[in-house]
Amino acid sequence: MTDATTIDSGPGATGRLARARTFLSSTGIDTRQAGMVTALVVIWAAFHILSGGDFLTSRNLWNLSVQSASIAVMATGMVLIIVSRNIDLSVGSLLGFLGYVMAMVQTRWIPETFGLGFGHWYIWMVALAVGVVLGALLGAVQGSIVAYGGVPAFIVTLGGFLVWRGLIFRMGEQGQTLSPLDGTFRLIGGGPDGSLGEWRSWLLGILGCVAVSASIYLSRRRRRRYDLAVRPLAVDLGLAAFACAVILVGIAAVAVGYESPITRKPTGVAYPVVILLVVTIGMVYLSRRRRFGRYVFAIGGNPEAAELGGIDTRRTIMKTFVLMGVLCAVSAAIQTARLNSAVTNLGVQNELDVISAAVIGGTSFAGGIGTITGAVLGAVVMQSLRSGMMLLRIDSPSQDIVVGVILVMSVGIDAALRIGRRRSAAAALAIGLVVAAIIIQTGRQ
Amino acid sequence: MNDVTMTAQGTVPLVEMRDIRVSFGGLHAVDGVSLSLRAGEVVALVGGNGAGKSTLMHTLAGAHPADSGQILVNGEPVQILTPRDARTHGIEVIYQKLALAENIDAAGNLFLGRELRTKTGALDDSAMASATRDVMKRLNPRFRNLNTPVQSLSGGQRQSVAIARAVHFNARILIMDEPTAALGPAETAQVRELIEQLKSEGIGIFLISHDIHDVFDLADRISVMMQGRLVGTVDKNKVTKDEVLAMIIMGQAPAGRG
Repeated sequence: MTDATTIDSGPGATGRLARARTFLSSTGIDTRQAGMVTALVVIWAAFHILSGGDFLTSRNLWNLSVQSASIAVMATGMVLIIVSRNIDLSVGSLLGFLGYVMAMVQTRWIPETFGLGFGHWYIWMVALAVGVVLGALLGAVQGSIVAYGGVPAFIVTLGGFLVWRGLIFRMGEQGQTLSPLDGTFRLIGGGPDGSLGEWRSWLLGILGCVAVSASIYLSRRRRRRYDLAVRPLAVDLGLAAFACAVILVGIAAVAVGYESPITRKPTGVAYPVVILLVVTIGMVYLSRRRRFGRYVFAIGGNPEAAELGGIDTRRTIMKTFVLMGVLCAVSAAIQTARLNSAVTNLGVQNELDVISAAVIGGTSFAGGIGTITGAVLGAVVMQSLRSGMMLLRIDSPSQDIVVGVILVMSVGIDAALRIGRRRSAAAALAIGLVVAAIIIQTGRQ
Repeated sequence: MNDVTMTAQGTVPLVEMRDIRVSFGGLHAVDGVSLSLRAGEVVALVGGNGAGKSTLMHTLAGAHPADSGQILVNGEPVQILTPRDARTHGIEVIYQKLALAENIDAAGNLFLGRELRTKTGALDDSAMASATRDVMKRLNPRFRNLNTPVQSLSGGQRQSVAIARAVHFNARILIMDEPTAALGPAETAQVRELIEQLKSEGIGIFLISHDIHDVFDLADRISVMMQGRLVGTVDKNKVTKDEVLAMIIMGQAPAGRG
């Protein structure tokens, strides 16, 4: 297959490392993400051994998947914000406010204010729709001030951070907790009934396999039609087989493997995870295959070039904040549904987790660089660290220290590798791991 | 302010800028300048820093509208308020800092702001890559790295991406801002070849340059600006480098031609 149409393998690729890199790039696998998956595998293995075999269990991995979902959903939006050289510090507060409003809709406004009572089939939809629309609106308000008002995103969202949190307390007199939520709405959060169950999980897996294979095939056909270089057939087949294996093994081991402690049946893929999958696919499509995503990256790479290319940069920036608001609403639904209540401190510190997930996932604050899937992986890495340390009975302050060290370390490694300083990267890795190990060892209760 | 518009050839110029004025606050960045450009001609725009060359070209490119004055394309008065307006009149710019998004590949940059899309409205990356390959074949046959971010390309290759962008969209009028400033000797030669080829295709080029050698090698006419005003426009074959330098530094047009 490497004939005259091969145009993207540069000349002078000598040395084993260069050849390995050429091979990786020919498969379309990003070296950074390959590194992250490796890191994740190492973290999982380490915790599995340290915890005496408690980490890689269906139960733990199922919980991990559910706990990662809400942060990961928001992290996909944060990637686009950071890529376009902005930041959103308000997501935790916005999530809290939207969650509170959605809870108000189903516990107060529909049943009492409108006198319609509880338990109607449409309540969850109305609540979710109100949350999503409000999220988009508030995102648009912040985005417009950033894009058209010329106030730096850091300041606007710092203001939002205070305002949205304050509004929660203004709405819920003396910070009362709103509970219980609508029964159908609660399914969004997972829990015993909030998952696909056995056969539907398998169906999802098979659909996933078909979708992955089809997309690989279609991209191949498209490139063929234009006489562009295509990957060797064996590589494409291997990729498809590998992806299918990961999907099916994941479902077998995590989703179906975990028997619900209540129903004694295989739980299947939890709804928050289904939501995360849908959001991830949608966001990848938006960022890679639509003009909007291309423009976000162009703005991050060179704002002047984007402007001179005739791109409406302000509108694009505003849209990223609208999208972020919508994703906050989705995460707010997941979190309140999971808690079966809305509390005033919902989402506190979430902004830090979301930004960390995006950054651990390879998003650069210099702008222009970042991937949606990287951010989702970043969220899983963060949650793995927390959940693993929980299993090791490490106190919460020590957990924070470790996550902080790992965050700085991962960005340090990334920065060093970007300018080709492999030794500095190794040093950063070593220092980070030693510090983390000391904290973990001394933080055990 | 005596410009060489409508000379002996009698053809309608590709572009005519008449009495253009731009001011920033109280500062007159461009103060009543008139210029013209014919098909297949290179007009160099020279002058010290802050002479107003770039600002003048920005008005033609739609990056900064003029406060007053008139622009004619093929003899027709046009309004150019945005980069899009400029493009619809066949005016393309190749900026000094290249105006490429470093993190995006050649095809993405070539089509930036004018992406090809499929029926569903998704980006048609394959079609864009294919078109990029075709236009690059014409300009720079050695170019290969269609799928890597342009930041990993050499200066000459990046310059060819920027030029390919203009050529692909059938530019008739090209504005080149210091096209060789960031390049080594071999790459400079490559860009010069490219300019000769564009000329032979009948494209008119405004060349902003600091390099007096470039100017004498490439330009047909030379317009000198100083403090927002046009000192004069001269035929390259009728002046010496010293005379042009005197215009740039002292703001004096050579005797009998100013």
